[in-house]
Amino acid sequence: MTATHRSTDAPLLSVEDLSVELRVGEEMRTVLKQVSFSIEAGQTVGLVGESGSGKSMTVRAISRLLPEGAQTSGRIGFDGLDVLDLRGEALRKYRASDVAMIFQDARAHTNPVRRIGDFLTESMILNGKIGRKKAEQTATELLEAVGIHDAARRLKQHPHELSGGLLQRVMIASAVAARPRLILADEPTTALDVTTQAEVMAILKRMQQEYGMAMLFITHDLELAGAVCDDTVVLYAGEVVEQQQAKRLHHDPLHPYTAALVQARPDINQRADRLPSVPGHPTTAYEAPAGCAFAPRCRLAQERCRETKPELVAIGDHGESRCVRAVELRGTLLMSGTTPLTADTEEAAL
Amino acid sequence: MTTTSIVTQAPSKKMRPRLSFISGIGLTGQISFWVIIAVALIAAVGPYIVPADPNAVDLEYAYYPPSQWFWLGTDASGRDIFSRLIVGSRTALLGPLAVVAMATVLGTVLGLVAVWFGGWVDALIVRVIDAIFAFPGILVAILATALFGAGLPAATIALSIAYTPYIARIVRSAALRERNLPYISALQVQGRHGFAISARHILPNVSGLIVANATLCFGLALIDLAALSFIGFGVQPPTADWGAMVGGGMSGILQGEPLEAIAASVLIVITVAAVNTLGARLVQRSESRA
Repeated sequence: MTATHRSTDAPLLSVEDLSVELRVGEEMRTVLKQVSFSIEAGQTVGLVGESGSGKSMTVRAISRLLPEGAQTSGRIGFDGLDVLDLRGEALRKYRASDVAMIFQDARAHTNPVRRIGDFLTESMILNGKIGRKKAEQTATELLEAVGIHDAARRLKQHPHELSGGLLQRVMIASAVAARPRLILADEPTTALDVTTQAEVMAILKRMQQEYGMAMLFITHDLELAGAVCDDTVVLYAGEVVEQQQAKRLHHDPLHPYTAALVQARPDINQRADRLPSVPGHPTTAYEAPAGCAFAPRCRLAQERCRETKPELVAIGDHGESRCVRAVELRGTLLMSGTTPLTADTEEAAL
Repeated sequence: MTTTSIVTQAPSKKMRPRLSFISGIGLTGQISFWVIIAVALIAAVGPYIVPADPNAVDLEYAYYPPSQWFWLGTDASGRDIFSRLIVGSRTALLGPLAVVAMATVLGTVLGLVAVWFGGWVDALIVRVIDAIFAFPGILVAILATALFGAGLPAATIALSIAYTPYIARIVRSAALRERNLPYISALQVQGRHGFAISARHILPNVSGLIVANATLCFGLALIDLAALSFIGFGVQPPTADWGAMVGGGMSGILQGEPLEAIAASVLIVITVAAVNTLGARLVQRSESRA
């Protein structure tokens, strides 16, 4: 991959003990608890978890888009920058040239009354200090690069004239326009239908490799994470519960929660009268119990799980798991009988 | 396909702003719009087409009845009322226009600044707005003329400040709604300046509401300025002005010559009614579109 980054041993992005509390009315609610992970230059890291697990908040902390009144602790390092301490011009520069973000809902994230062309060229003109003609030419090239063939016509259109898939491609084009070193992709394909999803994902992946950008990829789709990511971080109730190579996540999960997620996917070869699901409902960080946050939903939970908070521990050279039984259960999590989940989950109360 | 869309787009681009401005405001709105255009036209060309010198005093012709020379008769000093009404339309329109222009610029900037910076900046601006709201505009204007001397400039500046909170409050609430939309955070994360986002994205998206409320303020300012001229603090004689003519025509009413006061009042009422109706329709339209 192209070496646009400085050659240092330190990772491009390092999130260390990141905790976030949001103000809800009078009280402060914890949404992230000491989350740590890192992304090397050019690497793709997947952030996986159910709704409310803190995926989006992690990305918002990295892009500094947390809602007003949010309190953070810990550190987010980006190539020597202390992201959480950035102010004013330094923050603007970091956003303009170092990171870019692709949102789930492209339509809501574009100004409806501005043309696609304005959307793409405005940053280039304002941040890149290039002329309108040159910017329009670059925009056309970018649109062609993301597979939009009638780019000249699209540039004159408004967001509502484009389909969701097309608009997401425009988003990708605008994200890579400034050649950022890190792309934050917050469920970029969730709002699209399946065939469009694959196309958009392929374009995103290709652009990433072409430009040598690192990517933090948020998804709740384990299969997709396995396909596009190098590393995966599984979040549950605002905590990292597992971290390991994406390709192993499927057949060798290290945490019962991940195993449950793997098993909750319907199997295309098997007819299920009742779709498997993880029993109970997703827990957010502020309502998590004292012990292991997943214990109330875990079929393998024991007394000690409910009493003491498990630490994130390394499992061999494989990865890390926040489960006290991780070592003893290793390799058996997906077998029937010991699985944290069976197909006839009767108390799947959602 | 590509060529046709380009060809059809070019002319419609020019037509759109004009057509869209008076569409969707109903028949009354449209009538009001054309009445205002007519008054503005008279104000623009009036001084060049008046039948008589509006300031020519001739006491022999005082209170001369309507005739082929003086269409609406003359006032106490023998000046042609019709000519004075036409010339007076300039001050009647330019005064409020200046008030609204200043109040809109100031109010828009304050509203956008309050929304973008939030926190204590927002709190401070809201407090200042509330404080200015507590003073009736006309009282501030009278105070200003007492300090800086009677006349249009002092009254205009004072009224501008008095009307700023109306615009600022509306811009603030509309911009606040816009600020919280996701596309703004998308722009932020692209590293845009807050100034650029406010000016290039938030402002255009709240401009409809600003125009509508500025129109409403225009009507109010016209009345305020006419009232100031009426009591002698605004436009100074011998300059022709509708408000001053109502004031000057008062003595005529007592002498059984009410034409000057009535004619000037009618023009004020028609103009203000048209402006207010148009403003109300515009507000309605921008709220239904928002």
